[in-house]
Amino acid sequence: MAKYILKRILYLFLTLFIIATITFFMMKMLPGTPFSNQNRMSAEQLKIVKAQYGLDQSVFVQYIRYIGGLLQGNLGTSFQFNNEPVTALIGQRLAPSMQIGAQAMVVGTIGGILLGALAAIRKNTWVDTLATFISILGLSIPSFVLAVLLQFYLAYKWKIYPVALWDNFQSSILPTLALSALPLGTVARFMRTEMVDVMSSDYIELAKSKGNSSWGVVAKHALRNSLIPVVTIIGPMAVSVMTGSMVVENIFSIPGIGEQFVKSITTNDYPTIMGLTIFYSFLLIIVYLIVDILYGLIDPRIRLGNGGKE
Amino acid sequence: MEQIPQIPKEKFRLIHDENNKDQEKIGTPSLTYMQDVRRRLFKDKVAVVCLALISIIVVISILAPIIAPHNPNAQQVTMSNLPPKLGNLNIPGMNGYQNMGGHMVDAYKQADAPKGTFYILGTDYLGRDLLSRIIYGTRLSLVVAVLATLVDLLIGVPYGIVSGWKGGKTDTFMQRIVEIVSSIPNLIVVILMMIILKPGLTSIVIAIAITGWVTMARLVRAQTFQLKEQEYILAARTLGEPSMKIATKHLIPNLSSTIIIQTMFTIPNAIFFEAFLSFIGIGIPAPNASLGTLLSDGQKAFRFLPYQMWAPAIILSVIMIATNLLGDGLRDAFDPQSSEN
Repeated sequence: MAKYILKRILYLFLTLFIIATITFFMMKMLPGTPFSNQNRMSAEQLKIVKAQYGLDQSVFVQYIRYIGGLLQGNLGTSFQFNNEPVTALIGQRLAPSMQIGAQAMVVGTIGGILLGALAAIRKNTWVDTLATFISILGLSIPSFVLAVLLQFYLAYKWKIYPVALWDNFQSSILPTLALSALPLGTVARFMRTEMVDVMSSDYIELAKSKGNSSWGVVAKHALRNSLIPVVTIIGPMAVSVMTGSMVVENIFSIPGIGEQFVKSITTNDYPTIMGLTIFYSFLLIIVYLIVDILYGLIDPRIRLGNGGKE
Repeated sequence: MEQIPQIPKEKFRLIHDENNKDQEKIGTPSLTYMQDVRRRLFKDKVAVVCLALISIIVVISILAPIIAPHNPNAQQVTMSNLPPKLGNLNIPGMNGYQNMGGHMVDAYKQADAPKGTFYILGTDYLGRDLLSRIIYGTRLSLVVAVLATLVDLLIGVPYGIVSGWKGGKTDTFMQRIVEIVSSIPNLIVVILMMIILKPGLTSIVIAIAITGWVTMARLVRAQTFQLKEQEYILAARTLGEPSMKIATKHLIPNLSSTIIIQTMFTIPNAIFFEAFLSFIGIGIPAPNASLGTLLSDGQKAFRFLPYQMWAPAIILSVIMIATNLLGDGLRDAFDPQSSEN
């Protein structure tokens, strides 16, 4: 197991390095410069500014410097936001994103598990149909559409929650709801399939025939065994929550990294785009790694694709 | 050797002749695999409804120049922000009345619209007909989906087949590439591509294609690995069939179910990405309409003119729901075991 984890961490760094390289050269290929009002600057001023950002060096030197900086945890400085280091920008904005992201994952996963389990237990009844319908809606309606609808009805019309504000827990409810729809739908569907499978297995029949109450059987045997495979979809779910958070943060004006990312794209703030790209990839790869390790721990059969020969 | 006595034919008789005949009879014509799939698909009511919905949407967007009542990009500033109106029918919400300062006002009269003009879904802030824009927008979104799917098929399927068929070192190498590509969040790749390339249809398709083929390649590879061990493939190899011919003649037909099902999940994905990119402002450039740009425009005016958001939102959601459900239906039709437990 330790060998596997070590190998995975090695791959993690390799992937990050490749991502950083690709991002760097892509950014260099971009037409135009970040100094859009350079006409007003004299040639000398421009030279000074370029030297300040190290843009007067050859691309290769810039690349070596960038990678060197990365190794020391330096993502460069933003052109846009008062020359702040990108790491500082991310640091300031990480908390709100993490909060709504985590809340959405928790709400979505727990809701999805309950919904899926309910559908499986009451298979082929109206409960099942309703639950399936809800999960399809959650899967299909893009989070930004849902966010706008929630904002209009719950915040603007009925004034239950603030329209766009970031201070207390109340203001995080709407974005959380908008983001949790997709994980909810995904988990519910997955859970239903698993649970239907488990419910028809022999050990459930045995537990029932021993005279256990049906709810006891569900809680003690069925739910637990259906949960294992759900772990595998946490990775892809985290990706979709991150994607969704970019627009949802924008719609609700939450000062998070998603909003920052969109803003830096529209203002051509290359260092911030690069830094956030690498940061996002890093987060994602970590999530995938944790999920893989967790899964290997829970279910020894999967341990690393060697068919359990270890 | 002893002579076997000749027994006349007449002495032989089939016992229970009648019974046997009944047992051996094939009651219904035997179905090919595809016929069987079609039968199962058409038995699934949800899938049939979704198929019908998608067909209607596709036909409307193909016939967009004929069906759309107005030019989708023609601006008419005097007619801006008119609410929906359907002829002279007085249906609430569709009669051209608008809530202004607490009471309902005939917006068409206020805009001095000539008698008889009406916009079924209203107009946007530049006086463009929303219905026509939605029809053209849906068309554009579908074009993105079709192109993305094509690229998916052209890259993902051959990649998967080669990787699975060759195996060994080639496979390991190709899978490393897949691993790296898939560990980069595809949204990030899409956004990076959109920044480098000029915003527009081609860039969106390229951006989606760069990341989209990975899932297809993985599924096709896994399936190819299984098929490779089958006797008929071995037979074809033994007979000296060239690999290319085995791939097109034996592998692809047997992979078709996997490919079709995966395609049904690529389509909503591509439509979502287009809408997403256009929504954050790096997708389809103005003045062309796509579902994403319509949503983004609608969102800005949502508080006062909710109809401008509702119409594209409903269409987008319907397309997403229908393709997802049809994908489910197809999977059940191709692989009945998946739903029979």
